[in-house]
Order: sequence, then C-alpha cells, then structure tokens
Amino acid sequence: MQNDVTSEIREFVVDNFLFREDMDSVSDSESLLENGLMDSTGVLELVAFLESDIGIDIQDDEIVPDNFDSIEKISRYANAKLAKNNG
Amino acid sequence: MMRVEQYLRSSAEHYEHKEAVIAGAVRMTYGDFDRASDRLAAEMARAGVKRHDRVLVFMDNGWEAVVALFAVFKAGAVLSPINPSTKADKLAYILNNSGATAIVTQRRLTGVTDEAAEQAPALAVRIVAGCEDAVPAGYLGFEGLIARRSGVDLPFAGIATDLAMLIYTSGSTGFPKGVMMTHQNVDAAAASITTYLENTADDIILNVLPISFDYGLYQVLMAFRTGATLVLEKSFAFPQVILNRLNEEKVTGFPIVPTMAALILRMKSLKAGMFPHLRYISSTGAALAPAVIEKLRALFPAASIYSMYGLTECKRCTWLPPSELGRRAGSVGIAIPGTEAYVVDDDGTPLPAGKVGELVIRGPHVMKGYWQDPEATARALRPGRFDWERVLHTGDLFHADDEGFLYFVGRKDDIIKTRGEKVSPKEVENVLYAMPEISEAAVLGVSDTVLGSALKAIVVAAPGANPTEKDVLRHCARHLEDFMVPKQVEFRASLPKTDSGKISRRLLQETLETGECS
Repeated sequence: MQNDVTSEIREFVVDNFLFREDMDSVSDSESLLENGLMDSTGVLELVAFLESDIGIDIQDDEIVPDNFDSIEKISRYANAKLAKNNG
Repeated sequence: MMRVEQYLRSSAEHYEHKEAVIAGAVRMTYGDFDRASDRLAAEMARAGVKRHDRVLVFMDNGWEAVVALFAVFKAGAVLSPINPSTKADKLAYILNNSGATAIVTQRRLTGVTDEAAEQAPALAVRIVAGCEDAVPAGYLGFEGLIARRSGVDLPFAGIATDLAMLIYTSGSTGFPKGVMMTHQNVDAAAASITTYLENTADDIILNVLPISFDYGLYQVLMAFRTGATLVLEKSFAFPQVILNRLNEEKVTGFPIVPTMAALILRMKSLKAGMFPHLRYISSTGAALAPAVIEKLRALFPAASIYSMYGLTECKRCTWLPPSELGRRAGSVGIAIPGTEAYVVDDDGTPLPAGKVGELVIRGPHVMKGYWQDPEATARALRPGRFDWERVLHTGDLFHADDEGFLYFVGRKDDIIKTRGEKVSPKEVENVLYAMPEISEAAVLGVSDTVLGSALKAIVVAAPGANPTEKDVLRHCARHLEDFMVPKQVEFRASLPKTDSGKISRRLLQETLETGECS
C-alpha cells in the first residue's frame, strides 16, 4: 500500500499559492483557478513539484483541470499515478 | 470614424443570430449582446452614470465583462478595464485618480472592491455579476439589471472625439497613469490592425489574454467590429485545454504573448499540422526570439505568424508582414497601416538606418495624453510635423535596417517587460519599502525562458529584522497584481549606491551579471 501524498500536496499548495491572495485557507475541493490562486507559472511549479518531489511522470495531456484544479483532484491524480507505477 | 458601441450595433444588425462570444458553456449572439448591453447601459444611466463619467470594469474574462464594456460605451461613459488581480490600495488609487462613479465587478472581487470603495467617495454605483441568489448590500445585481425589459431609453452617448477609454499603465514614477484614448483613436487602431490581419466575419478568434490588458480588450473590439466570433477563455494555466479549444471551435486566429509561445513549445505531445483551421497567430508584448518563431512555424505550418510591437499609448506601433519572417526574424516590422514610425536622436531629428535612437509614432491611433498628468503627457507627446500635431515618444530604443524594418534594442527608462506586461520597478519597490522588515530594496528584470524577464527583488533587512523570502513574497502578493509579484528575492547586507547616495539599479545589475554577491 502506497503512502497517501495528499498532505504533501496540501502543504505545497498552501505554501506556494495561498499567500498570493488574501485568503487564510482553501478547502480541498475549492477550485484553485476560480479563486485566482494558480496561474500558468503556478501550474508549471506544481508539475515540477509532482515530478521531482512526489516522483511521478506527467504527460502533457494529463495537465488539465480535472487533474489539477483542486487539492483533492491533484491528490487523486497523484495517488493513482503512484499506485500504477508501483503496481 | 465610428464610436466603439457602433461595432456591436452594426454587427447585431447584420448578424443578429450569429455567435458573437463563446465563453465556456455560454454561447451568445450579437443580438443577445446588443440587447443585454442596452439594458445594462440604461440601468447605469438610471443609477446616475452620466456621459463622460468613468466606469471601471473589474472582472475576469467572461461574457459578462463583454456586456459591461459595451454598456459603458452605450451609456456615453469612459471605460477603464482593471486587472482582476489588482489589490485594494491600487484599486482605490485608480478609483480616485479617474474619479470613477461606477464599477462593474464579480462575486469573487467584492471584498477588494468594498475595501477600495471605502477610500473612494466619488464611487456611487456598484454592480456585481454572479450573485443572483443574494446580491450583497450596496450593489446592484448584474443579472437582474440585464433581465429588465422595461424602459430601455438610452441617453445620447456622444461623438467619436469623446474619450472612450482610460487604460492604466505602469509609470516610471511607480504610480499608474491613465492613457486617454478617444473613440477615434480606438477605431483607427482597430481598423488598421484588422486590415493587416485580414480579419473577416468568418474568423473565429480565441482570446485567453485578460481583457483588462489592451491586447486582450482589442480582441473583443476587433471581433465585434468585423462580426467575427470570439472564443473567450479565462486562463492559459492549462495550455492543453486551450489547444483543444482551437480544434473544437475551428479557431482561425490565436493572439498570444511570448510567454504563451514558450509554454506551448515546452509541450512534448504536439505535432506539426495538428491545428488545420488556424489561419494566423499574432504575438506582441515583446519580440519573439528567432528560435521561437522557427519552432512555431514548424508546429503551425498553415498559419501566418505576425510578430508585432506596441504600447498602450498608441495600442500598436508595428507589425512584421509574415512573408518577411524568414528574412528578418528579430524585427518587429514596419508601422501599422495608416501610421508612421521612425527613429530619432535626443533632439528629435530622424536618424539614418543602423543608428539607435528613440522610436516615435505618428498617426490617428496616438493617445490624447495621460489623464490629469500634463507633465507626463508633455514628455510623451511632443511637437510633430505640424503645429497642431503631437507625436508619441515611446521611450523605446530601436534601430531600422536599410529598408526601414525596425528592431527593438531596449528601454530608455527602467520599465521591465514580464509576461508581455510592463512593470515599473519603482512600483514594486514602493510596496517593498512599505514592509517594516525591509530597509532597502531594488527590483530588476532577470532573463527567464518563459516570462521573458522575471522580476527579482534584492533587499536589505531592517536592523534586527529577519524576514524570509516567503514573508517578502506574501507581502508583495497582497499589494500587487500577480504579474508584478517578484519571482525571486535575494537578501544582501547593502545595495550599491551612486555618488549622490541613490540606490543604483544599473550597478546592481552589473553585480548580477558578473555573478558577484549572488
């Protein structure tokens, strides 16, 4: 059984995106785009973090809002990729 | 010469049932926009907005913002589009500087709007979109206003020499300046640009650039002028999604900035010829590197690539005809149709080919000046060929080749271009100095493959203080628009000064280039 990476992802989002807006917290299901928390350079930073720190390999066509637009979606995507790599 | 709202009226007359804007799941026709903006204009007038009043549109890209901007013109008011990542202090500055009487915004931005409004006594009317269920106190609900069918009785909007827009742009003093454009100015620019892009009503243009930015705003205006269809997207955060939209909607025109080109060219899955409908890609904001142009041409073999250059003060200065790309990569071309561009020395005398000097622009697209800033206006607009004429001194250094094609060399002042937008280092430094933990600060542009230039803050901590990089970035993010927030922070014990004791960005830049202290 793979370790759940949700808390690492949450920490990354809070540390790197949250401070950009005057928001104290963001729920796991809130849209990062709609709240103005993540722009195109933010997505690049997130992809780099997932590849280097979490250790998953990301294809261009996976970089879509369904996989990246909330902490919940990023975690689901990353956990699924890790499970597949280890399976 | 037309007033800008006439674009919509005329397209609604010719193409009433044609799709004007596709924004996410919403598809609206020219008829829809004409009716909705008539109602909003009438309600603005009823609420007290008068001819020549300034109205801020503070919204993300969306159909509501398009309705709002045409409503402002129809009400005879002056549009000031505001970047949706603007923070309260700056919004208050712009409200007060422009003397705006009304603002149109959206649910997410009511907090910032309220905070700014407290400092702006002239602001009488606030309209909010996206709060259908519960319109907050002090606001009129956008959806309710455009649903009212009674009494669309619009006042006389004005003539084409009236002021159409105040576009705020970074000033070297650190305070934004309002660029004054009349309806004639806007129409001259829109007519010229749509001529060389060969736009027709058959075009489908995908715009992901913020419509608070003049390049994005003109995509709306030019599409409406030609009766084309505009696919409006909010963000380029997910390039794949936008590239998919190109094919889903059979997009023919795709305006970009060099940062977007860099993001597209990072993608590994794209193949030449994947976008068969695309007729042109236009780029402005900064020159595209020749290598980027080559890669774009390989990826989009059927599309013409327009490399252009401009500044808010005249909207667009130059364009490179796509047929010249091969021979003159690196050039931003020639003056746009109906205008002139030439290089002058410090006395304003035209220079021969090869000599570097300031680029000067002549034509009907040149602004009328900076709002309530005669000194800055006098620096930018100087006597021209005729007694009555003022020409625009761009502050950009250029040289021309033997056939008159222009090449960008650099800025005369310290303005930095990042993500295609201008940033005054002074404005960022002013915010840094407001942080008690910082005693000295300087902001520079450092080369970045995606952003063009990335902003770097170099700061000295106040005695006894020990701020972290994150503290500094958080402070900046709470007071500056997203594109003005530095990407890097470096702490130093001191900053280099000139003989008169002023912090020298030039000396600091030299220490970065030689690798000293970094």
